[in-house]
Amino acid sequence: MAKALINLKINDIPITVEEGTTILDAAKKLNIKIPTLCDHPDLSVAGNCRVCVVEVKGARYLQAACATPVAEGMEIYTNSQTVRQSRKHVIELLLSEHNADCTSCSRNSKCELQDLAAEYHIFDRVLLDILDPENLIADISSPAIKKDISKCIHCQRCVRTCEELQYVSALAVIGKGAEQHIGTFFDYPLNEVVCTNCGQCVLHCPTGALTERNYVEEVWDAINDPTKHVVVQTAPAVRVAIGEELGFAYGTRVTGKMVTALKRLGFDSVLDTDFTADLTILEEGTELLTRLKRALVDKDPEVKIPMFTSCSPGWIKFMEHLYPEMLGHLSTCKSPQQMFGAVAKTYYAQKKGINSKDMIVVSVMPCTAKKYEAQRPEMRSSGYQDVDYVLTTRELATMIKQAGIDFMSLPESDYDPLMGESSGAGVIFGATGGVMEAALRTAYEIVTGREVPFKNLEITPVRGFDGIKEATIKIEGTKPEWSFLEGVELKVAVAHELANANKLVRAIKEGKLHYHFIEIMTCPGGCLGGGGQPYPVSWEIRQMRAQGIYSEDENLPLRKSHDNPEVMQLYEEYLGQPNSHKAHELLHTHYFPRKKYLN
Amino acid sequence: MQEQNELIKILVEKHGRTRNALMPILQDIVAEKQFLEPSDIALVAEELDLSAADVYGTATFYTFLDTVPRGKNVIRVCKTISCYMSGKDEIINALEKVLNIKVGDTTVDKQFTLLTANCMGWCHKGPVMLINDDVYHSLTPEAAIEIVQQYKEKSKN
Amino acid sequence: MDTSNLKKVDIIFSKVDNPLQILDKALQKSPDDIINEIIDSGLKGRGGAGFPTGLKWKFTKNEDSDVKYVICNADEGEPGTFKDRQIIEEVPEKIFIGMALAAYCIGAKEAYMYLRGEYNFLKKDIIPKMEWFNNEIKNRGLDVTLYLRSGSGAYICGEESALFESMEGKRGEPRNKPPYPTKAGYNNKPTSINNVETLVFVTMIQHLGVEEFKKLGTKDSRGSKVFSISGDTPIPGIYELELGMKVSDFVREFGDGDTKAVQIGGASGFCVPRKNFENTIIGFEGIPTGGSVMLFNSSRSMYNILHNYLDFFVEESCAQCTPCRAGLQQLLKGIEAIKRREKPASYLNELIKLSQTMKVASKCGLGQSVANPFVSIVENFKEEIIF
Repeated sequence: MAKALINLKINDIPITVEEGTTILDAAKKLNIKIPTLCDHPDLSVAGNCRVCVVEVKGARYLQAACATPVAEGMEIYTNSQTVRQSRKHVIELLLSEHNADCTSCSRNSKCELQDLAAEYHIFDRVLLDILDPENLIADISSPAIKKDISKCIHCQRCVRTCEELQYVSALAVIGKGAEQHIGTFFDYPLNEVVCTNCGQCVLHCPTGALTERNYVEEVWDAINDPTKHVVVQTAPAVRVAIGEELGFAYGTRVTGKMVTALKRLGFDSVLDTDFTADLTILEEGTELLTRLKRALVDKDPEVKIPMFTSCSPGWIKFMEHLYPEMLGHLSTCKSPQQMFGAVAKTYYAQKKGINSKDMIVVSVMPCTAKKYEAQRPEMRSSGYQDVDYVLTTRELATMIKQAGIDFMSLPESDYDPLMGESSGAGVIFGATGGVMEAALRTAYEIVTGREVPFKNLEITPVRGFDGIKEATIKIEGTKPEWSFLEGVELKVAVAHELANANKLVRAIKEGKLHYHFIEIMTCPGGCLGGGGQPYPVSWEIRQMRAQGIYSEDENLPLRKSHDNPEVMQLYEEYLGQPNSHKAHELLHTHYFPRKKYLN
Repeated sequence: MQEQNELIKILVEKHGRTRNALMPILQDIVAEKQFLEPSDIALVAEELDLSAADVYGTATFYTFLDTVPRGKNVIRVCKTISCYMSGKDEIINALEKVLNIKVGDTTVDKQFTLLTANCMGWCHKGPVMLINDDVYHSLTPEAAIEIVQQYKEKSKN
Repeated sequence: MDTSNLKKVDIIFSKVDNPLQILDKALQKSPDDIINEIIDSGLKGRGGAGFPTGLKWKFTKNEDSDVKYVICNADEGEPGTFKDRQIIEEVPEKIFIGMALAAYCIGAKEAYMYLRGEYNFLKKDIIPKMEWFNNEIKNRGLDVTLYLRSGSGAYICGEESALFESMEGKRGEPRNKPPYPTKAGYNNKPTSINNVETLVFVTMIQHLGVEEFKKLGTKDSRGSKVFSISGDTPIPGIYELELGMKVSDFVREFGDGDTKAVQIGGASGFCVPRKNFENTIIGFEGIPTGGSVMLFNSSRSMYNILHNYLDFFVEESCAQCTPCRAGLQQLLKGIEAIKRREKPASYLNELIKLSQTMKVASKCGLGQSVANPFVSIVENFKEEIIF
């Protein structure tokens, strides 16, 4: 049923909009900008910062444009004297409780509060400084996220993100009155509470209150240390987002320029996480087929079906905390980042004749949880910490700027050999559904000897941004050794955002849904919407990055993981077969049940 | 720990497992043991399928849902306007002296915690204090001391 | 007392021999008839905001929903207000009848009383009485049950949408409006939420008749009102008075002969200085009030009084919205800074401007009303604030 239409005027300009439209959205249609802070397109409406207040003729009080639906005959003024005065006061009040030492803030020049202060010319600070000095000590207990409440403007975007997108609620509003603040369970440090380190709070924070733990200086030190051989790996989703920080439009593919920039920064070898994404597919695909065989042929009651993917470290920690009894359903495969570290400090080191202890592995990830993952004690298969430093997309952009590189004009170059080759299947790991699609491209072909029956290998049912996606693929014409799968309808599901993952896991736990294989990504849209990606974020931006990723896949000569020659070489020369003993040593891991309400 | 688990399980059965039951459950725990410990909140959160931080954040919104250790008897002296005008400071001084603690503190024997609180609705009969749920109004310093002495006696018996 | 221009009234606390007869009589009428009577009576909410009670019921009744709620707001927390406590202590059955009638009129099966935590001591009396009453209405075939819920020490939960949040097990943070409670209140269902005293008036209007009620008060302020009177008065306490009186008459009755200011409407109300006693009316046409009137004599420092109010609000603000959270701290620290000569006297003008922003830009009534005491005290007692 069509919604009723509402006629109103904004700044004397008539407009007709659908019933239920907010004043903010109606104004947008007229290209009238109303400033916002607590509002975010990913989140529920809060209406608490009050910077978007507007005057509604006849109303005693100003109305929050983000929270007020239009009404017939409304006359709205977005720039009246009262509105201007109120807005300036709101901004100044926020500054008065804010540690406005902008030059020492990592959000300097990328801060929504700073932008508003500049726009509204809050030059003469009239009000008193009421920042509590106790708040000046930041929480750096987590290896992934820094929480500095002296920068907090109480907009609660992080709280809503953690609850609504991720179903974690590590962060909550604590106390009331002058004591009110954003905190954790009993205000324990972040590393002691149930936090998945996903960094969505960081991505949704308008200021520098929540930021990634920054490792830029450590990486510069490593690069400049002549005794170290420093290799860098770049995750699939970085190549379609880093351009945004360096002058390109949202979602632009800048793979070749990024590789050139990394070489100019001084890395000894520029390699690709996509390589280990392909490797993951071979390991995980084999693991899935083995599990299916054990379930279908051996009738092994111990085998856990469905099997969940394990690439996304936020998801892993989520499961360890909230569903410890279901850890057996997780694939034992390490994430591509950690496979890379383990292979780099063993196979690569051997081939290059370098001592592992003299190697530094740096990752560039769209992710903050990867910083945590790299430091997990079990991630030392090489005998050393397999991945030394993890940078976000944003941190790499910072390094490129610091180095004075004009990114726009850079020539393109290719990744270095040994661990730099990748297929389109590896690239699409960066989008929700990508791991599933890559796995199906390979598994189907292993089992049947034929390509997966989708046009141009595009398994469209698992693409797109629906929170939970499902597909069923009937396996027909199997090779003799896979005949137990003949006629089996392989049921798969894909979820992104932990809140969606939670719904799926719960339904499975309760026996309401049944699948064989499930891909979960922690962040909205998958890694392309990761907590380490450039600001800002919205579904439009995620969509453009997804287009970038899928066109990269389309344009690569290799589209299937098992076609990756370097991966095959790795098996031949070093690992043997997928899921071999050696592969298990280096490429697989185990998980730890954690407490439900404390780390 | 066992006792605490049982108490919470009983309360959850009594009030239900919906979020609407959260306040009554927390209130009853506080009525039983004067304050909420991390393990209490974690357990309630688990039973109600809520995040522990969320439950903690909710509790800290309410003055009477204490999340720091409190004594067996929690004294709250009203500090709002009428009680201020009628001499709440003298009452507080007297109580600090007799209990040998400052506002915000708990006696070593964990029998008393002395706090101030906002308006309790006895503005015509200030100064006023609550000891747990019981009201004592029209206080003088002597009367306040006498009342505390009675509580001390009671706890001895 | 004979010379008094104040009319003392005895409706709320009057003893009714068999109060259930009021219920029985009312239940003979249709919900619409009762609602129309309440509208006709001109009864406005006695919690302070003064919304017409009959309209509130009508709007809630007109909402299409299987589930609706009645809530009795017994979270009286405004400094200087204590009348609801006495009403609950003395005539709870009259409140229950009002709740039952509200439920009957709007079509609710559940009616809750949200009692502030400071009044927990009342529960031992209230709960058995409520059980008795629930039995009585069940015997009458009325499908309504009354429940008691408690607060836990949060002033803001007296704000209706914050109260719903609290009942839903959340932090008592006021919601955006619209939607209003009549459309989406407790559990996001249509809810009629009324103050304790309002519900008793509903009962008594049914008992005495609309005309009896309308005889009292003025056109804009029908009926009488229970006042909580405290401060510098020889006779503090609870009084039911006809609405529409002058402050000067009030001071003559209750003052101690040295009254310099009267605070009407609690800490979030207005401060009336002596020079305005004669031309200020207590009622919806003048200064509306939830019933709190506090008198100050010349021995009192208005700075200390304002400071105490601001202290209260700084602690009790839910702190979700910027103007209220940060604005209150600015006002408090601002007057301290002026007192300590760290800010010039002219800084008061900045603070008044800020309080005006708080009034128009805050999310709920708390932040919106802080300017009332602030401006009325600062403007009328400037010297006391500065020096």
